[in-house]
This record gives sequence, structure tokens and C-alpha cells, in this order.
Amino acid sequence: MSTETVPAGRPADRLRDGDQSVAPASSAAARKAGGFAGWIDDRTSGAKGVNYLLRKVFPDHWSFMLGEIAMYSLIICLITGALLTLWFVPSAGHTVYDGSFVPLRGQMMSEAYASTLNISFDVRGGLIIRQIHHWAALMFIVGLTVHMFRVFFTGAFRKPRELNWVLGTVMALLAIIEGFAGYSLPDDLLSGTGIRAMEGFVQTAPVIGSYLAYAIFGGPFPGQMIIPRLYSAHVLLIPAILVGLFIVHVTMVAVNKHTQYPGPGKTNDNVVGYRVMPVYAAKAGGFFFIVFGVIALISALFTINPIWAYGPYDPSPVTAGSQPDWYMGFADGALRLLPGWLEFEILGFTLSLNIALGALVLLPLVYTLLGVYPFFERWVTGDNREHHLLERPRNNPTRTGIGMAAIVAYSVFMFAAGNDIIAIKLGMSINDITRAFQIGLFVLPPLAFWVTKRICLSLQRHDRDLALHQRESGRIIRGAEGSFHERHDALSEYDRWILVQHDPVAPLELTAEVDENGVARPAARKDRLRAKLSHFYFKDAVNPVTPAELAAAHHDGHHAEALDAEALEAPFDYEGIEGDQDHAPGVGGDGADTEAGASEQGIGSASRLRE
Amino acid sequence: MKALAARRRHPAAIAILLMLGLLVTGFAYAAVAPQPAQAEASTAQDVAAGKQLFQANCASCHGVNAEGRATGNDDKVAGPALAGVGAAAVDFQMGTGRMPMRAPTVQAPRGEVQFTQEQIDQVGAYVASLAPGPAVPSEEDVDASQGDPAKGGELFRVNCAMCHNFAGSGGALTRGKYAPSLMDVEPKHIYEAMDTGPQSMPVFNDGNIAPEEKRDIIAFLKAVEETPNQGGHALGALGPVTEGWFAWFFGLGILIAAAVWLGQKSA
Ligand code: HEC
Ligand code: HEM
Repeated sequence: MSTETVPAGRPADRLRDGDQSVAPASSAAARKAGGFAGWIDDRTSGAKGVNYLLRKVFPDHWSFMLGEIAMYSLIICLITGALLTLWFVPSAGHTVYDGSFVPLRGQMMSEAYASTLNISFDVRGGLIIRQIHHWAALMFIVGLTVHMFRVFFTGAFRKPRELNWVLGTVMALLAIIEGFAGYSLPDDLLSGTGIRAMEGFVQTAPVIGSYLAYAIFGGPFPGQMIIPRLYSAHVLLIPAILVGLFIVHVTMVAVNKHTQYPGPGKTNDNVVGYRVMPVYAAKAGGFFFIVFGVIALISALFTINPIWAYGPYDPSPVTAGSQPDWYMGFADGALRLLPGWLEFEILGFTLSLNIALGALVLLPLVYTLLGVYPFFERWVTGDNREHHLLERPRNNPTRTGIGMAAIVAYSVFMFAAGNDIIAIKLGMSINDITRAFQIGLFVLPPLAFWVTKRICLSLQRHDRDLALHQRESGRIIRGAEGSFHERHDALSEYDRWILVQHDPVAPLELTAEVDENGVARPAARKDRLRAKLSHFYFKDAVNPVTPAELAAAHHDGHHAEALDAEALEAPFDYEGIEGDQDHAPGVGGDGADTEAGASEQGIGSASRLRE
Repeated sequence: MKALAARRRHPAAIAILLMLGLLVTGFAYAAVAPQPAQAEASTAQDVAAGKQLFQANCASCHGVNAEGRATGNDDKVAGPALAGVGAAAVDFQMGTGRMPMRAPTVQAPRGEVQFTQEQIDQVGAYVASLAPGPAVPSEEDVDASQGDPAKGGELFRVNCAMCHNFAGSGGALTRGKYAPSLMDVEPKHIYEAMDTGPQSMPVFNDGNIAPEEKRDIIAFLKAVEETPNQGGHALGALGPVTEGWFAWFFGLGILIAAAVWLGQKSA
């Protein structure tokens, strides 16, 4: 383990200060010793930057690897996608199939579809590359979604990382557009149906809809233009933007430093973990191969998008089970849930709100709400401090509740897109299922919010109990004079630290609504709203045990229960908690290595507190 | 010829020509037009035996003379009238175990076949004797090896996939009704289903889908059954929904397990 700690200034400055502390090689001779590396450095001066990156400390936790799942899946998509471009023909031109897949031989189809069949059946290894590409695409978006959950529930999006959150939201939106474009390329029955649906969605835009659809398709549906256009978006435009944003995203993680979970020795001013070289690089590199391996294994064993079974696209047929890939499911589900009476006529024009709301409004709405959340929360809490320590989800019950409610709402939409599959697999009426989802959309998210918040609050109360009264051992001890009490096992200071480290919170109180002259302040209404929201967030907050409370509990304990036990076990030493709660009570576990000259602040107090 | 030529301006000539033309087109149409299939020649004994079987097993819902019965509950029927549904409908319904229906449900499900083929044929003969209807197809009509699966696939996607799904895995209809899976259905029953339109299915008579085309469709469905899953396990061949669920629960599950395992390995 390594610890980076640097004092003074804003926390972020303090964190970044260490970045410059790499001493350049003292002489050209010393540099020459680097051989090839030195040669490169002489021409690029790259050593400083590389050294900076390689010496960076990253904290270690499995949930920090969720972002890596997304990253590696993206890379796998790029590699396999490059291979696919060698054989794929992005053209709507007609051709007659005469490849080796007998059930389609002799049929008219587009060159795009024929070339995809060709990749699947006649190019050696083509099918596995296609399947890896598609499974990796699904895993990419699954990965970035759970990564986003991690960032949200731990409060990693708080200052100074809001911009990275916004960047992430943009990438998430681009990712599903990229996925949709790819899904549409092979021109099989499902992708054609998807494009047809997309055309319909565009047309529901009031006033400009039909012009827009004409512009996108270069004429009436389907035309010859859409496949080449989607192709250049899918292989060139969107990947380039995604990779660019992704590099900025990861660079910002390096610049801001990675957050860490609270724990012994981990403070808002340091980063405890492994340096990139060698440990973190080995772990991350190893994880790349695990992700690649798992995706390759899935692709070898499980079919994805069997376009040969769907058949070539033709505007007349549709098939049961026409669904988009999962990440577009929520929009499809919204269409299935919206009631038909939302379509009406105004002044002779048809307004299809039953489609437009789900197809054109929901998608940008979801991603906008996501993007602005950090700013909203900051405004409500008025919290302008920097946060480099993550919050345990239970320690912010309202946010955790909001997150769960959002996930549940999203899931209702997503599962609604599979209503027909659910109906046939469970033998239920699709009408009942749809109705249940419609009701669920309004009932389940508030319920999820309430349940989650209650669970968080009781977990917090449990934490308090634990910190105050230690672990109940279940062993009853009878005193000499016949009294009974339960023996409570001591909690280690490290364990207790995690229970008490977080900041206490309280709702913002309304400041004066009138200024000194008795005139209503223009901002008063905003403040009232803010106070209300703050109340919503924090009114029933359960705050961490304070040192005073701990001392009092200790005192009570002597009389109530611990008196006799003292004879049996060593008295617990509370001295460790005395003093400033901002400082952790100990440095990380065994073998922790602390950088020289970096032992002020947290570490200093930590070692003082250590026995 | 001369005599004919001389009379070509006779006032009756026009009328005779018209009659001739009508006769020719009439016969030609009769020869080409789809014909309501006739019940195969069946003996009076078959019909009598069939009637007995019918009255014992089916009359409770379909009425003693297959005239249909109302339940007295709105316009719901216990069973529809069967005059004119033909032996093909009986062969399909009884041969797939749908009839006799065990309980009134939204849709008669497939089930265990409860009669011998001989008994089924007898009931078919009885129902066919009530009014003409589609007959049971011949062996040749349903011989998959004589069909063209590629053409059948095209027809299937245009006419059937919207309910039965692209691979014949089935799909949901309104209010608990469904289009069942077509895997492992006997060729004869596939043909009869198109011919008689059981349950919610529309009728595809020989005018909509010619007998050879029906055979192509059978050939396609048999080809789907027989082709190996080139891409690995097909996950139910239900399309992207199952793929998405699989990615979330299985793919993500393994990767998180791997991440937790890696996270526990310290230097
Ligand atoms: C429990 C009541 C019930 C019994 C018993 C029953 N049926 Fe039916 N039958 C129905 C109903 C209801 C339908 C309408 C089918 C549907 O829509 O699911 C039907 C439909 C049919 C049809 C299809 C009619 C068409 O329009 O194509 C045939 C043929 C048939 N039944 C034959 C039989 C025969 C033969 C028996 C006896 C072996 C039998 N049924 C026993 C209720 C019954
Ligand atoms: C294109 C998909 C994405 C990739 C490849 C990606 C990759 C990464 C990686 C590798 C990290 C560092 C490790 C980690 O904390 O997991 C990271 C951090 C971060 N990501 Fe993403 N990410 C993506 C999408 C998102 C999204 C959708 C969001 C939120 C809307 C987001 C917000 C963040 C934030 C705030 C951090 C800093 C976390 C911290 O320091 O604790 N990212 N990202």
C-alpha cells in the first residue's frame, strides 16, 4: 500500500501537489542510462508525464473496476468492429444471395444483409467476431450503467468531479446511439423494423417531423441512403467522439485523483492504494484479459442477434418479439405504456403525443436529469466543499432513495418493452401486464424511495448502536451479587472509525425573508424552496456518534453493564476517539508504506492515535 | 367452312359467341379456382361411430348435433357450431390434444392426445358429413422434403412471423391468447392449421397460400428445427429481450465476481 498525502491549500491542490514532485534525472548521462527509454525521452521529454502516470496511486476496491468493465468492453468493440469493417458492405443495393446458408439461397436482399451473412457463414471466424462485437456492446452499456450507479450511490460525483459526471452522461447517451446505429446496419428484419420505428418517431415531432424524416433518409423510407449514413456514424463519427471523451474522462480521474472509501488512514487529503506501476497496472491489465475472456466465452457459447433467422428486411413483414437491444428498451417500453388517447387532432394536424412523449421526450429527459443531478444536490445542500472520500450509500438515505426510485422507474419502462415475452413465458394476459406496468410506473418508484430510505436509516441507527454499545456477544454474565448483564465485545478502533467518520448533517434553516429595511428579498422564494428541499433531504437524518456521546456511553456502561465484565476483560480504551473527528484513527493495515515527508495531517494524528 | 363463313353475319351469331365465351371461361375458372376440399369417401359406419364418439365426448360443449351451445353467460359459447369446419379441423384439434377441451379457458392449449387416429378419423367423418369443409391433407401435400425452405421462409415472414415469431418460437396475443410455438408440430397439423384457422388464427385458404406454398412453409419450419444453432445456445430464440437479460444477469454477474476476486488479491 502507498499513501500520498500533501498538506496546505484547497484539498484538490493538496492532492495535486504531489504530482509535480518527480525529480528530473540529474544529468544527461543519468538519462542516457535509460537506453531506449532515454532515447525516446530526449526526443519527446515524455518521461515526466509517463512517470507521473506510472507513479499515480489508485485505491483498490472491486466497485472501482466497474468503470473498467465499460472501458475494456469499449476497447473490445473497437478491435472487433475494425475487423468487421473488412467484410461488411454498407449498401442498400439489391443482390441475390448465393452463399452457403441454404435456407436463404436465391433470395433478394440488400448487400448489407448479404455481407453480414457472408461474415457469419463464409468468413472464417467471422461469426465469433460478430458475436464478440455484439456481446461486448451489450456489456459496454451494462458496464457503464453499473459504473454510473457506483458513482451515484457513493457520491463520487460531488465537487470537484461534477464535470466528469456530465461527461459520463454524454458518453452514456452517445453509447446507446452508437449501439442503435450498429443494430440497424445488417438490414435484417429486426434492424429494418427498428429503423422503420425510428422513422415513425422522427415523424411525430410536431411540425418539422416529416421534413426531418425526409432529411435523415434522403427521401421516402427506406431509400438507399440510410445504411451508408448510419455506417459512417457508427464506425467513424460516434466512436471518435466516444474515445475522445473517454480519454478526457480518464484524464480527469487522474487529475482529480480517484476517490476512496472511508477507512483507517484514508482522509479527504490523501489517496491510499497502489501505484499504477507495478501493482495497479498488473491488476488492471489482468482484468482486461478477464473481461475479454468472459465475453469471448459467452460469444462462443451463446447466440446473439441471429440475423440469418430473422431474414432480410422487407417493409411488409414484422415478427413477434421485435425489440431493440436492452438499452433502448426503456423507450420502447414507454411506447407500450403510453395510452392511445394521447393522440389527437388540432386544427387539422395530428399530434401523436402517445408516441412523441416516449420516443422524443423521454430519452433526452432521462439523460438531462442525470446530467444535472450533481448541480441540483449541491444547490440543495449548499455544500461547496471538495469531497475525495466517498459516502457509504446508507449515510445519505435520501440520495440513495432517489437513486433507487430512478432505477425502479427505468426498470418498469425497460421490462414493459418485454411485455409480450413475459406474457407468453408466464402464460399471462398482455393487457393485464401492461396495465400492471402502467400502475407500477406511478406506485413503485415512490415505494422504492420510501423502502430504501427506511433501510438506510435503520442501518445508520444500527451503526450508531454498534459504535456506542459495541457488539452484543449473546453471552450473559451473572455478577457476584446476582445481577445479570450481557457482555459486549469490544469493537476495534478501525471498525468503529468506519461507523463514525462521516459528517453530521442538518436541514438548512430559512434565513430572513426580508432585508434590513423590511422589504421582501427577491431571493426569498428560492430560499424557501431550497429550505424545503433541504428539509426533504435531511429532516430525519441520523447523525454519527460524537466523541461526547461515546464518552457518555462509556460512562453509563460502567454502571449498567460493564462493571463486572471489567474483571474478566481488559477495559476498553476510548482515548483513540478523542479529538478531531476529521482525522482517521489509524494508517492502513499491515505493510502500509507511507511516503517520506508526507506524514502530516491524517497520518500524524493517526499515528498519535495508534496504540 | 364456307357455310360457317356465310352465316357469320347471322343475327344469332353474336349471342352464340357470347354463350361460348362464357362457357369457356366458366369451365376454365372451375378448373383453376380453389376448390373447397371434399371430405374423403368415408363409410356410413365411420360416420355413425364418429357421431357416437362425438356425443359422448364433445356434445357437452358443442351440442348434441354439433350445432353449438350457448353458456347463457352473455354471448359466450361453450363451444361453436361445427358444421362446415371439416375433417381437417377435427384432425387438428383432436390430433394435437386441444379437443376435447378440459376446461373453458381463453384458448384451448395443446395437450395429450386422447383418441386413436382411427377414432379421430371417425369423428372427422361425422363432422364432415354435416356440411362440406376442408379435408385432411394427403401425405404428399405435407411432405417437407418436396418443399422449398427458402421460399417458405419468405412466406412465413410475410404471413406468420408477426404472431409466431421469426423462428416459430411463438408470441403473445391480446388478453392471454397466444400464438403457440411451432417447433415439433407435425407437418399435417401445420397444414391443417393454415387451412382451418384454429382459435385466434386466421384462415389461409388455398387462394391465399396455395397448397405447394403451404408445403414450402412446412419445409421452412422443419429446416428451422433441423438446422443446428450456428451461434451457440439460442437463448430461446426470442430476440433481444432475452439477450439483454442474459447480459445483465449472467455477463455482469461473472465480471463482478471476477472484480471482487481481483479486489481481494492484494500485492
Ligand atoms: C369444454 C368444452 C369443449 C369440449 C368438451 C369440446 N370442445 Fe371443441 N371447442 C370448444 C371451444 C370453446 C372452441 C372454440 C375454440 C377456441 O377458440 O379456443 C372449440 C373449437 C372446436 C373446433 C374448431 C372449430 C373451428 O371453428 O375451427 C373443433 C373442430 C372442435 N372444437 C372439435 C371438438 C371435438 C371433436 C370435441 C370432442 C372430442 C370437442 N371439440 C370437445 C369447446 C369444447
Ligand atoms: C463510456 C463509458 C464510461 C467509461 C469507459 C468510464 C470509465 C471510467 C473509469 C475507468 C473510471 C475510473 C475507475 C472508476 O471509478 O470506476 C471512471 C471514473 C468516473 N466516471 Fe466514468 N466511465 C464511463 C461512463 C461514465 C458515466 C455514464 C458516468 C456518470 C454519469 C461517469 C462518471 C464518472 C465519475 C464521476 C468518475 C470519477 C469517480 C471517482 O473518482 O470516484 N462515467 N470512469
